[in-house]
Amino acid sequence: MGNLFSAKNKEVFSTPISMNNPVTIQVLGICSALAVTSKLEPAIVMGLSVTIITAFANVVISLLRKTVPNRIRIIVQLVVVAALVTIVSELLKAFAYDVSVQLSVYVGLIITNCILMGRLEAFAMANGPWESCLDGIGNGLGYAKVLVITAFFRELLGSGTLLGINILNYDFLKSAGYMNNGLMLMPPMALIIVACLIWYQRAKHKELQEK
Amino acid sequence: MKALRNYLDKIKPNFEEGGKYQALRSVFDGFETFLFVPNATSKTGTHIHDAIDSKRIMSLVVIALIPALLFGMYNVGYQHFTHTGTEGSFCEMFIYGFLAVLPKIIVSYVVGLGIEFVVAQWKKEEIQEGFLVSGMLIPMIVPVECPLWMLAVAVAFSVIFAKEVFGGTGMNIFNPALITRAFLFFAYPAKMSGDAVWVSGSSIFGMGGSVDGLTAATPLGQAATNTEITYSLNDMIVGLIPGSIGETSVIAIALGAILLLWTGVASWKTMLSVFVGGSVMGLIFNAIGPDTAMAHMPWYEHLCLGGFCFGAVFMATDPVTSSRTENGKFVYGFLIGAMAIIIRVLNPGYPEGMMLAILLMNIFAPLIDYVVVQNNISRRAKRALSNH
Repeated sequence: MGNLFSAKNKEVFSTPISMNNPVTIQVLGICSALAVTSKLEPAIVMGLSVTIITAFANVVISLLRKTVPNRIRIIVQLVVVAALVTIVSELLKAFAYDVSVQLSVYVGLIITNCILMGRLEAFAMANGPWESCLDGIGNGLGYAKVLVITAFFRELLGSGTLLGINILNYDFLKSAGYMNNGLMLMPPMALIIVACLIWYQRAKHKELQEK
Repeated sequence: MKALRNYLDKIKPNFEEGGKYQALRSVFDGFETFLFVPNATSKTGTHIHDAIDSKRIMSLVVIALIPALLFGMYNVGYQHFTHTGTEGSFCEMFIYGFLAVLPKIIVSYVVGLGIEFVVAQWKKEEIQEGFLVSGMLIPMIVPVECPLWMLAVAVAFSVIFAKEVFGGTGMNIFNPALITRAFLFFAYPAKMSGDAVWVSGSSIFGMGGSVDGLTAATPLGQAATNTEITYSLNDMIVGLIPGSIGETSVIAIALGAILLLWTGVASWKTMLSVFVGGSVMGLIFNAIGPDTAMAHMPWYEHLCLGGFCFGAVFMATDPVTSSRTENGKFVYGFLIGAMAIIIRVLNPGYPEGMMLAILLMNIFAPLIDYVVVQNNISRRAKRALSNH
């Protein structure tokens, strides 16, 4: 355990945040990225929830990986994730009721988030608990990063606010003819913003482009 | 002509690679090929060149748009003077409308062509000519009260996301002019629909009156809210009704349609079947539709109102986004007409369905082509087998 922060572990943690981002590179978890990003606050909460659940699920599955028979591993993974999702959902209802109402079914639907099952199958089943924990946090944060950037633009341009704080809704702007962009509040615009992020990342990093 | 050619040849070296104005190469190239048909030919393979290239086709479409544009300008003035209750001569009305519409045309061309020029220069390609038509269509399908900055944002969005990301002119799935309108419609509904945007309420250079909060419903808007339509069929055909700038006059659009059909630029199959689809669907709703003013509207009024004619003549026939197989054009057009009426009648939120109908069928155009081609293949295969 002396090499908790070895170069390899740092890489496990940092690649999912940028160069192997689950949303912009692997194109996973798109549906919830479209659904919860019209406001910044639910996007942050959603990102953190997914981060916590992915991290804990990775750790638990990594600990169980040698005892679970291969044929029933998906069921076991689902049970673990479902338990964690229920805990997070109940915690949100208890301590952040407004946000949990805004997120509605999407907290429950974290169980179907492809990033989670993907990490469990691809990483936690083959690595130790500490690496799995780092991998889970990294992937969760990579997902959260995309959500927050998307929600930032959507709330700023769509509602003229950030985290509910007024940024653009002033009378002098309105009298100059400025209006909030209603399309930003609709899911299609989230898709276009995510597409722009992918576009930007691939244009910046030549090695990501196919020949 | 000769002098112009000589002048272009003289300044050309400045724009070549390494020349003084190298950064403007694509702009120069665009203007040169706009003024003169390029005489460059392919060096390899066998090619058949048509006498007419796409810049000439685009210019023809722009010419076909002129009657509707001029009438639209007059109508903007006419509606303004009528609704503000001011007196005005024909000339005043036209000049008022001209001054109201001109900034929109300029904004549309400057933003759209600006992006096209930058992209062409950046990718070292020729400037693509598609925006010649889109840039003229866009100001004609927005309400007169649509603010210029919104128009600029929408044009930029549509040229980048509906055209350039797909690979530029000829590669786009959706009609860029309609994407501009759809963007405005969903992003700024207060400035694109309702009763307050169709008639300009302010005076320009002292011409016309100034009325705050002027409202005037379009005939379709009146039908959607079940109020009596205050315009006669005659007004609808001549086009003296509130509406988007270029869409109101059936006669002016018909003049454009004649030019397009006579020169063979637009397909009569698409155009005809849009009208057939609209009429059939209108008759069906007359017979068995819900009990609303929109469903009871006679089929011929449906065809005269809103963007139906304009969409059928100038949008549905867009050679890039419509079906390319001859039989497919019938299906494509028919479904556009039918879908436009379905949206009008069954969706109270959208009094006008033409934009959404064409965009929807743009998606299905490749599928229609695929089915037509596959049908043809299997039919011929069967024939070949039965001959043995």
